[in-house]
Amino acid sequence: MSVRIRKMVTVVEETLQEGGKTVNPPTRRAAAVAVIENPFAGQYVEDLAPLFEVGEELGELLAKRAVAALGIAGANVQSYGKAAAVGENGELEHAAAILHPKLGAPFRKVLTKGAALIPSSKKRGGLGTVLDIPLGHKDAAFVRSHFDGMEVQINDAPRANEIMVAVAVTDSGRPLPRVGGLKHSEIEGEDGLR
Amino acid sequence: MPDIVIRKRVTIVEEILHEGGPPPQQPLLRGAALSVIRNPFAGRYVEDIAGFMDDLTPLGVEMARHLLQALGGDPARIQGYGKGAIIGSAGELEHGALWHVPGGYAMREALGEAKAIVPSAKKVGGPGTRLDVPVTHINASYVRSHFDAMEVGINDAPRADELLLALVMTTGSRIHARVGGLKASEIKGQDGLR
Repeated sequence: MSVRIRKMVTVVEETLQEGGKTVNPPTRRAAAVAVIENPFAGQYVEDLAPLFEVGEELGELLAKRAVAALGIAGANVQSYGKAAAVGENGELEHAAAILHPKLGAPFRKVLTKGAALIPSSKKRGGLGTVLDIPLGHKDAAFVRSHFDGMEVQINDAPRANEIMVAVAVTDSGRPLPRVGGLKHSEIEGEDGLR
Repeated sequence: MPDIVIRKRVTIVEEILHEGGPPPQQPLLRGAALSVIRNPFAGRYVEDIAGFMDDLTPLGVEMARHLLQALGGDPARIQGYGKGAIIGSAGELEHGALWHVPGGYAMREALGEAKAIVPSAKKVGGPGTRLDVPVTHINASYVRSHFDAMEVGINDAPRADELLLALVMTTGSRIHARVGGLKASEIKGQDGLR
């Protein structure tokens, strides 16, 4: 199944100051979002495999766009996440079918690595639904400075028969992290956890 | 006059492929550059604020250049523009009006010969406030196909003592424009109106 895209949005956020202190270098996050037609809206379909393929296609497309928006090499991405919002005529399981079976592999290929689980969230909602894309370190999920999230919203999506699919990447953790835990500089990056 | 203190920058690019009708050959791009800065007049009434417009000019120029780059870098592709401001709760609507001159100047600086007034919107609001930035044709305000708007907002801005400043550019008309009126191909482009 080839994905039918109505709209794509990229968002880049740079934080230069936090708590009155300068963040140097600024922390940066980017999200790429696609608004697609939900081929199964309004009906119960048992076999969701066609949506697995949609996830695979979007994994590459959105990862490339998000990384390009940061203007860095994929290998320099530090954390990542993914999320989807299903329009009101769809099922939460449609989001799961896009996000979980096949989206991760092409996403990781763009980043050259990605040993850690890609944190995710999903919901159903109307136009203007806010997605909080969870973020975690791409090679070691326990890196505490990189536990984060990025909010994205598109005022005219998802329509009832659409799905909004998002990935987010960063070249940094939170601004001014200081709650301890495993550091980016200390990871082994083999088991995806530490 | 005080320095410009930027806390955060956000860049948003929307690529609209269709809205249920026949997809045009070139998708429509809408882009926004947002800066969150400290409001030097927050929390008190200051009579003489106009000098801050000069301080904002270099920021505006930088935002317009950055936005143009985000939309591909070719000034000849830009057909619509708009600007806006959201003033944090400890500020006045009048502080947002400081953006009119530097914001407009910045877009003309980036686009060369743009003749039309840059449409604008502003309001006082808290973090997460959404602003519909109006958009019209850069050389002739009456071009009906280019009457448009782009919604922008940042979940954690503006704080009470901040200003959120926005510039918007687009690469074309509404995606399936078909309600008649003056066409972009018919304009004289002398008086900024027709």
